[in-house]
Amino acid sequence: MYNSSETKSDRIIEVNDLAKEYRVYDKPEGLWASVRGLFRRENRIIHALRGVNLSVGRGEFLAMLGPNGAGKTTFLKLLSGIITPTRGTARVLRHLPWDRADDFRRRFALVMGQKNQLWWDLPAAESFRLHQEIYRIDPARFVKIHDELVDMLGVSHLLGQPVRELSLGERMKLELIAALLHEPEVLFLDEPTIGLDVVAQHTIHEFLRHIQKQRSVTVILTTHYMKDVAALCERVVVVTHGSILYDGSLEQIVDRFTTHKVVTLDLENAPAPGEMERFGFSCEVHGPRVSLRIDRSRIADVLPKLLSSQQVRDVSVEDVPLEEIVAGLFRGAENRQAGTDLKQEVGAV
Amino acid sequence: MSTAANSESHHTSCGWLLGLRSWWRMLIICLEERLAYRSDFALGTVMRFLPIVTQVFLWTAVFAASSRTDIAGYSRDNIVAYYLLTMVTRAFSSMPSLAGGISRSVRDGSVKKYLIQPIDYVGFLLASRIAHKLVYYIVAILPFAAVLFFCRGYFPPAPDGLTIAAYILSLLLSFLLGFFMEATLGMIAFWFLEVSSIIFAYMLFQYLLSGHMFPIDMLADIPTGITGVSLADVVRLLPFEYTAYFPAAVWLGKITGWELVRGLLIEIAWLVIMIGVCRFVWWRGTKRYSGFGG
Repeated sequence: MYNSSETKSDRIIEVNDLAKEYRVYDKPEGLWASVRGLFRRENRIIHALRGVNLSVGRGEFLAMLGPNGAGKTTFLKLLSGIITPTRGTARVLRHLPWDRADDFRRRFALVMGQKNQLWWDLPAAESFRLHQEIYRIDPARFVKIHDELVDMLGVSHLLGQPVRELSLGERMKLELIAALLHEPEVLFLDEPTIGLDVVAQHTIHEFLRHIQKQRSVTVILTTHYMKDVAALCERVVVVTHGSILYDGSLEQIVDRFTTHKVVTLDLENAPAPGEMERFGFSCEVHGPRVSLRIDRSRIADVLPKLLSSQQVRDVSVEDVPLEEIVAGLFRGAENRQAGTDLKQEVGAV
Repeated sequence: MSTAANSESHHTSCGWLLGLRSWWRMLIICLEERLAYRSDFALGTVMRFLPIVTQVFLWTAVFAASSRTDIAGYSRDNIVAYYLLTMVTRAFSSMPSLAGGISRSVRDGSVKKYLIQPIDYVGFLLASRIAHKLVYYIVAILPFAAVLFFCRGYFPPAPDGLTIAAYILSLLLSFLLGFFMEATLGMIAFWFLEVSSIIFAYMLFQYLLSGHMFPIDMLADIPTGITGVSLADVVRLLPFEYTAYFPAAVWLGKITGWELVRGLLIEIAWLVIMIGVCRFVWWRGTKRYSGFGG
């Protein structure tokens, strides 16, 4: 498996056959059905996580990708000890998370997109001071770390304002500071950039990358945004329907799941209708700009012919966008949901 | 060997001290937060006096209609003093929106924060409730003092020092008892997401059995079916009366001597039981918690 060269003692997170089922009541529609529901309720079991195995080494930065409802957040809740599993075990920093030992809780942090650890009606500085006490941070150390983090994110002017008056991006930065004051060894981030503008996203990427490098924090990040992944993570775990579909490096995803490259040509003149199609690849024509999807094995063969047949101003050869690859993966899982065979097949490649 | 033992004991005492420090910090933060909302308090304090006015009118009419000068040992003046005193007890034992707040935090998922941080949720709630009460007293002390001063004619002469000490002790215990009863009630939300009807039923019982509506002594003539046991005897074994009736009756000299000691012991026993139940419910509840709300 990935990174198997590391020794066992470096494993910060060990997850074995972790499964979580929720029992939900189907609330039927209509008055009569609701009355009947008073006496007899239909139970339904939701398999949020179906036996996940995962091992994460110290200092790894791992991204979990998956569509809504894939089980990413459930996974983080289990590893944070918020909920207990239906089956299987997990060790984080050698603790069973759902025992909620204080020693464990002092050594990790969880940041959930919109849910705040900060006190809504008070300035963030107050929440930080409370964290100093509950995490028992040495005062001198606290000042040092605090100033460093505040500096890095450029938020010193926001510390005195009640949190409710801040923008989403500003709140997120302060949430991150609150989560990092006690220098956690493990950091779980649940969609940290959701709803943020491009500038704020970029700042948070830079910050996380720096922090992770500097302190070799082990990070698991769940996200929908490929930008987060591309900017931060070497290792990617794709989750759908509560199972791991892919676990490996970002580059390998591209190698493994794409057979094509995208060749974009800027021509002198817009091509005549049907002219580009004769090469036999699917293509999109926007005026003089043409994009073709060409089989990787034939690029070297086809490209010269393309260039010589047209008046070309510019050319680029790129991988299929990551979003598209991952969307393809999700769709594939959707279509073949019945099969755990898919996972085995993917794992075997 | 001895140094190891020393450092060990040093470590635990430090841990205890640090725990107290973080608790103190929580108290300060909660105080600051409460002070942000002082205006609702001012209004709430005034509103508290309204029901008592209707009670006084009602009992004046009851006494006027009957030829009796006392009912279950309470003269008309006694009754007015009793209601004013239960109001003082309620200022300690009532926990507005505690149970509702806990159940809301379970429903919307904000309780998660207390599961992942090295913090004791019950201890935190207690700190926040003490802060809540302190801010309330700052705002309410003037109107309370004014009303008690104007109504001083209804009160019997002040009791002796020992009775006053017992009164203050019973008030402080009523705060803790009220806190742990309602905190436990709120934690039922781990099992049933919607607890407002349970809270409503509890409030109703509490109103009837705590002496908030009428002194418990008035139940002394109501039989329970068991020979020699009145409804008042049963109610005296329940925790409710300690949240309104008991301290008021102590001040008025209705409970003295051995009865007073017995009452305080029952109150302490209930407090210990409720602390245990509250801890147990929290432990079981967080075990089955499924982390709603994202």
